[in-house]
Amino acid sequence: MTTIEKTDSVPAPRAGGKGGTPLLQVRDLHVEFHTRDGVAKAVNGVNYTVNAGETLAVLGESGSGKSVTAQAIMGILDMPPGKIPQGEILFHGEDMLKMSGEQRRKIRGRKIAMIFQDALSSLNPVLSVGYQLGEMFRVHQGLSKKEAKLKAIELMDRVRIPAAKDRVSDYPHQFSGGMRQRIMIAMALALEPELIIADEPTTALDVTVQAQVMDLLAELQREYNMGLILITHDLGVVADVADKIAVMYAGRIVETAPVHELYKRPAHPYTRGLLDSIPRLDQKGQELFAIKGLPPNLLKIPTGCAFNPRCPKAQDICRTDVPALHTVTEQDGAELPGRGSACHFWKETIHG
Amino acid sequence: MPDLIEKTPSGAAAAAAPAAEKREKPRSLWGDAWGTLRRNPVFIISALLILLLVTVSAWPGLFTSTDPRACNLDQSKVGSTSGHPFGFDIQGCDVYARTIYGARASVTVGICVTVGVALLGGVLGGLAGYFGGWWDALLSRITDIFFGIPLLLGGLVFLSVIKGGSVWTVIAFMIALSWPQIARIARSSVITVKQQDYVQAAKALGASTTRIMLRHVLPNAIAPVIVVSTIALGTYISIEATLSYLGVGLKPPTISWGQDISSAAQQYRNAPHMLLWPAGALSLTVLSFIMLGDAVRDALDPKLR
Amino acid sequence: MAELKKDDKAVDQPADATPNTTEVEKVDAATAEEAVAAIEAPVERGEPILQVRNLVKHFPLTQGILFKKQVGAVKAVDGVSFDLYQGETLGIVGESGCGKSTVAKLLMTLERATAGEVFYKGQDITKLSGRALKAVRRNIQMVFQDPYTSLNPRMTVGDIIGEPFEIHPEVAPKGDRRRKVQDLLDVVGLNPEYINRYPHQFSGGQRQRIGIARGLALNPEIIICDEPVSALDVSVQAQVVNLMEKLQDEFNLSYIFIAHDLSIVRHISDRVGVMYLGKMAEIGTDSEIYDHPTHPYTQALLSAVPVPDPDARDRRERIILTGDVPSPANPPSGCRFRTRCWKAQPKCAEEMPLLAVPERFKGSDSPAAHESACHFAEEKDVVHA
Repeated sequence: MTTIEKTDSVPAPRAGGKGGTPLLQVRDLHVEFHTRDGVAKAVNGVNYTVNAGETLAVLGESGSGKSVTAQAIMGILDMPPGKIPQGEILFHGEDMLKMSGEQRRKIRGRKIAMIFQDALSSLNPVLSVGYQLGEMFRVHQGLSKKEAKLKAIELMDRVRIPAAKDRVSDYPHQFSGGMRQRIMIAMALALEPELIIADEPTTALDVTVQAQVMDLLAELQREYNMGLILITHDLGVVADVADKIAVMYAGRIVETAPVHELYKRPAHPYTRGLLDSIPRLDQKGQELFAIKGLPPNLLKIPTGCAFNPRCPKAQDICRTDVPALHTVTEQDGAELPGRGSACHFWKETIHG
Repeated sequence: MPDLIEKTPSGAAAAAAPAAEKREKPRSLWGDAWGTLRRNPVFIISALLILLLVTVSAWPGLFTSTDPRACNLDQSKVGSTSGHPFGFDIQGCDVYARTIYGARASVTVGICVTVGVALLGGVLGGLAGYFGGWWDALLSRITDIFFGIPLLLGGLVFLSVIKGGSVWTVIAFMIALSWPQIARIARSSVITVKQQDYVQAAKALGASTTRIMLRHVLPNAIAPVIVVSTIALGTYISIEATLSYLGVGLKPPTISWGQDISSAAQQYRNAPHMLLWPAGALSLTVLSFIMLGDAVRDALDPKLR
Repeated sequence: MAELKKDDKAVDQPADATPNTTEVEKVDAATAEEAVAAIEAPVERGEPILQVRNLVKHFPLTQGILFKKQVGAVKAVDGVSFDLYQGETLGIVGESGCGKSTVAKLLMTLERATAGEVFYKGQDITKLSGRALKAVRRNIQMVFQDPYTSLNPRMTVGDIIGEPFEIHPEVAPKGDRRRKVQDLLDVVGLNPEYINRYPHQFSGGQRQRIGIARGLALNPEIIICDEPVSALDVSVQAQVVNLMEKLQDEFNLSYIFIAHDLSIVRHISDRVGVMYLGKMAEIGTDSEIYDHPTHPYTQALLSAVPVPDPDARDRRERIILTGDVPSPANPPSGCRFRTRCWKAQPKCAEEMPLLAVPERFKGSDSPAAHESACHFAEEKDVVHA
């Protein structure tokens, strides 16, 4: 029944794809939404890279553009009102934004799959789970109905749904939340994609079920050596599974770092604020640290650094100049691999 | 609330109002809806048409000095002549004057049926939704029964039996058969609103049932009723015309487009102008109400767009 | 009855004279008399302001079109007892479907209890109605989870916060209300000039402040907070938690703080109750629950929470429960948790464990000596493991 286990860590990221081309590279991506009140700039120049076998956690609050970026990668943005005025999304070095609809459809589901937060609304309630799982094989691999069903059972076994054979004809509402999320994972895995985008995959689940699902996801990722983009706002989940982290704020990446580094010494005041506002034992009875102010309105992002109205370190330059993503170094100038901070005062933040 | 933008980029812009701004004006949802409506060309066109139509039906004398009942058989089926641009019908009555005077019946039926249906259906459905229980179950079964009665067949049977023919008989009959539609909408709308936390919050404060219904449920549940009623208004007008066309609706001396279309239809080959004008007026009227309803829906519920 | 025992530490109370902690449960036997006796029993923290005794809520499952017949019941809350003291915060944690939100609704009398009592200052509020209920409601208020649905979108902020005064006109004379509303806005950290704005003109955190202001308007003694920060952004959560703590000191409020975020509950609570499937599994002070949990479910729950420390992932011991929470319409016999428990024995299926200080810890000074509903309660420090 219940297992008590020492969790072993997620494996170290394996070397990138063939010939050094990363699996997925997002370059200077911009997304905006044209609404009746003006242009909402949801993503303002995002860059990130994911290699095979690697877990990138994109951390951010609502409105930070983390989900919109993912939707742009999947090609499921509503356009209009959405628009991608500039940027590239390179999959194996090829820009997906320049591909035809047909080419993108071939990648979607087969090469890049997505897991959504709300499994119930992502599954079709009038079709049996087995049918929906099998559909992937019928459509993409031309299997017969019978073969597809066998494949579906195999998949359900793989995501450890008990009594898969008996439950293959059940409908989504007959499964619990955790089981539905497993089915979503099974569906995403069906064609053994190279990259999985998981948008808050466990947010809707209970804590004890969350752990099961995250473990399953990590294990399958290891098994298939997939790239994983984990989109979340939960600092705990990130600490548990990520290899590297990109922190987003107002449509920009404000900090990138390997997971251990980020928690140990953040190089951006926003990241620091987030980490500081986690209730700690020794703070019991005291005020929690709180980032003052409100998340920005995307129709009116502050000039300069978007975080400046809320930042304790803000100076005049922060109100005028948009900070670039600086390479973060040790005090002696030694480069810290994979680290970057979009703050004019990153040195003071990390070393001060 | 930029998070809304992330989820529903199309509709939530209004909600993204920067609360941090000091000079921001209070904006009620009704005010927002009016603001959207005002800028919608569909609304402006349909509203102007409806305004014209209402004026015509209230004061037909302003638009024609010809008496629609002063007919001269000598002029039967005569086409456009000077002073009588639409020509004459089979009885030798002026088609223009009859089209103008016919508006009143259509508009009266449309508005009265809509108001009656909205009140009757809205109240019954709303109460059923709010209180639930056996009253709700009973109402649901009654609406089921009414949905089983086809409006036209019911009209043919019922109206030919009672041989009324006055505007009020037709209105009463149409209200009786149409209210269940609105009742259903009002019921489901009230049920949705009833479960909202702000209704629970009001209850937790000790608010009376009347207060909850009038201040919390009604203002939030009424939008779908308004939208469906506006769209249905056009439908009611066309149903009235259909009943009159079939000879069971409005009867002389009431002038109605339906009757005129009916008598003109038989002469379509040799005098098409007799059919064109009342039919055109009817279509335009129905269209403008449906357009108005669409515009209102867009303004009240941007998510449906 | 064990349920009547006021407090884990009040070991020598008369309730202890009936040593039936291991007896098969007879929960429903708690009579009003016993409950009143319990009220009179002296305790360390002074009089509890709210006493919940064997609270039960079953939602009937019905079939039929016009005449409905009951075919079963969802046992959302099935015999929950606890006390709330003046000025303290009682945290209630548990997963979805454990009944914690139903408890909130029952305490607010938004739902009628199927059985059991809720004593507010000695008066059973579950039986009240009309004027008497309205009077009690002045003193017990609620803050809701979702700031987007808990404010009427068609009312101005002034009307929303002022509504309590319209319902209870005796609290504030008419001419005074606008000023009072502006004071309240100020207290919760919003600009009093915002009084004429509508809810959609505010962000989530600001709306939650408006909800808190409405809850404060009648100057209540108890505020029941149903997941008050879980719908908010991480950076805003801390602001709202700080505000709530500040208000508690300022107005001497008692909170029942329902949440699933264990770290925030620990931060704000003096005592914590853990619920599972309609029952209280374990209850004690925050350090008793977090550092010395004795119920396996509490241990599993605590160990499953992701810790925001990547270094912990290699050394942390995690208890991964299999399966899902059973349906409350058809809960397991005996101990509700036995279907997912690694310690389950045949006894667990037969006997319902009572919420009491486990026999082995009784009388000891150990922090493990707090109420826990498990036949095999034992300490296991999962957080620091």
